[in-house]
Amino acid sequence: MTALGKLLRTTVFKLSLVYLVVFAIGAGLVLMRVGMNVKDLFDDQIDQTVEAEIAGLAEQYRQGGIRRLVETVERRVSQPGSSLYLVTTFAGERIAGNVAQLPAGVLERPGLIETRYARTGEIVAPHRALARIFLLQGGFRLLVGRDLEDREALRGFMLRALFTSLGWLVLIGTAGGIFVAMRVLRRVDAMSASAQTIMSGDLSQRLPRTGSGDELDRLATSLNAMLERIGELMKGMQEVSDNIAHDLKTPLTRLRNGVDEALRNARSPDDYRACLEKVVDESEGLIRVFNALLMIARLESGVAQDAMQDFDVAEVARDVAELYDAVAEEQGVTLTLDADASLMMRGGRELIGQALANLVDNAIKYGAPVEGSAQEKIVKISARRIGEHIELIVCDRGPGVAAQDRARVLERFVRLEGSRSRPGSGLGLSLATAVARMHHGALRLDDNAPGLRVTLELPASAGEALR
Amino acid sequence: MAAMKILIIEDDREAAAYLVKAFREAGHQPDHAGDGLEGYGLASEGVYDVLIVDRMLPKLDGLSLIGGLREQKIETPVLILSALGQVDDRVKGLRAGGDDYLAKPYAFSELLARVEVLARRRGQASQEPTIYRVGDLELDRLGHKLTRAGKEIILQPREFRLLEYLMKHAGQVVTRTMLLENVWDYHFDPQTNVIDVHLSRLRAKIDKGHAAPLLHTIRGAGYMIRDSAR
Repeated sequence: MTALGKLLRTTVFKLSLVYLVVFAIGAGLVLMRVGMNVKDLFDDQIDQTVEAEIAGLAEQYRQGGIRRLVETVERRVSQPGSSLYLVTTFAGERIAGNVAQLPAGVLERPGLIETRYARTGEIVAPHRALARIFLLQGGFRLLVGRDLEDREALRGFMLRALFTSLGWLVLIGTAGGIFVAMRVLRRVDAMSASAQTIMSGDLSQRLPRTGSGDELDRLATSLNAMLERIGELMKGMQEVSDNIAHDLKTPLTRLRNGVDEALRNARSPDDYRACLEKVVDESEGLIRVFNALLMIARLESGVAQDAMQDFDVAEVARDVAELYDAVAEEQGVTLTLDADASLMMRGGRELIGQALANLVDNAIKYGAPVEGSAQEKIVKISARRIGEHIELIVCDRGPGVAAQDRARVLERFVRLEGSRSRPGSGLGLSLATAVARMHHGALRLDDNAPGLRVTLELPASAGEALR
Repeated sequence: MAAMKILIIEDDREAAAYLVKAFREAGHQPDHAGDGLEGYGLASEGVYDVLIVDRMLPKLDGLSLIGGLREQKIETPVLILSALGQVDDRVKGLRAGGDDYLAKPYAFSELLARVEVLARRRGQASQEPTIYRVGDLELDRLGHKLTRAGKEIILQPREFRLLEYLMKHAGQVVTRTMLLENVWDYHFDPQTNVIDVHLSRLRAKIDKGHAAPLLHTIRGAGYMIRDSAR
């Protein structure tokens, strides 16, 4: 596309053209209206003058007959810049006046009339006049009129003014359109150049901004924010894949090493059996990690609508508490539950169950009080409605999570130092977070002083939000 | 357990061959169909005890196949196998007329246990006995009473349901996930060996002080209640 073609194709330029046409039509209409008003004004004035003269002349005629009328007309005609006069007989023969010729039939129509005429001494009828014909008693006709030269001159002047101003309008409008289009085009070109750079891989680039706060600037700001977010997501993806690599490769390596070891050193069927059992255990663990990852991905893409139902969260809390009660007791942990009688909501019962189970499991696994502290091993589950929300809270009396680490532990595979050696996929909290988000809720970590307090907040009306 | 006639509808030849071999070794009579239409034709005869249907099949997909059979009033129990192990897929599968759902990859012991339970459900009269007996253990379902060798044992409600499920399938392996699904009604991954702990509590209550244990752990598979004296 040529530079000019690009310019003419811009929205700004097209808009300028449209405005130009609209303004031209508007200006034309205004001038036409003014012209018509001026003409009407002229005509009115002439009419009034003519009427007054006719009245005067009719008076003369009434007082002194035709002779007096003719005299008066002759006298007036001789004055410079006089009106037009014509006195005729009933048959139309000219008696007095300065009008030599009129189109046929004009004299037959009394009243105000616009007509061509010729002055005495002229042969053709090049002038225009506005005249009134008056029938005098006795059959004489009297015509009094004014020449329209002035009016025609003004009309011509206005027409010329109209065309000149239209010309200027088109000229200035086009120039202005091109100017504005060029300005916008320059900025859009700069923006697309930056976008090209970004697309070719430099995600740190940002779109240029002028700081004027106009619409293009705001667009650039929004797009820059979007780029920021994309950058974050890319970084997150990078981290996740690094973590996946680590957390999946480690068990895979163990698996492989175990098999290699058995192949080299195993002597008896029992050795092989032991090795194979280890392989099964390791692969079970891997499958779990995969399932959790797939589930998180699935929840984050928001497609699990079929699993939605109306259910009682309090009952899920009771079930989970009961399910983990035995394990807790085995670990010497007191598990307590404090739940409202009924907490109905619409959502994924299994998902909420899984999320809560993960939280309780974490609390039992990692929530043991720091050695030497006087704290008892207690994990508290509570489920209650607070305003528009249902809160599922799991508290422990363990070491807790430092404030600066709280956002990080919700990420995939993040396991704090000291917990890496213990069993777990590092996906439990991520999964709970994904479940919360899918229900338009949130997962919060707080200090339980001492210990950790995890709150799974769910909108009580999640059902409406999901539908 | 008596030999079952099983139809495996699975397009992956290797997986199917493995299943056929494994079921045969377990003492059953498996048949194999390689696509949805062939499977539908075989299943329509209604001679099988259980159908194992892969969700994604050439020519006719698994869910449509099940829908077609159910429309024909063929009520052979169906276990759906799927690579999609997600919550909503499970719901879809069961809604389409499947009786059980197992996500790939699975352990054969899990599949076998589930298939046997399904087949037995078909064989059984709809009338369940009100009293289950295994050895000298007696569970009265209506009276909510449990006795062993005539001596009453007090159980928590959930323990009672756990034992009831085990005794209903006495002599059959039940897996941990089957217990979580049927006794607790959840299908999620409990992360920890929660089920094992519940079972060891139950075992302490019913087997402690008795020479012949009734509740057995089946390594790599699950649990089984059975009278080992017989």
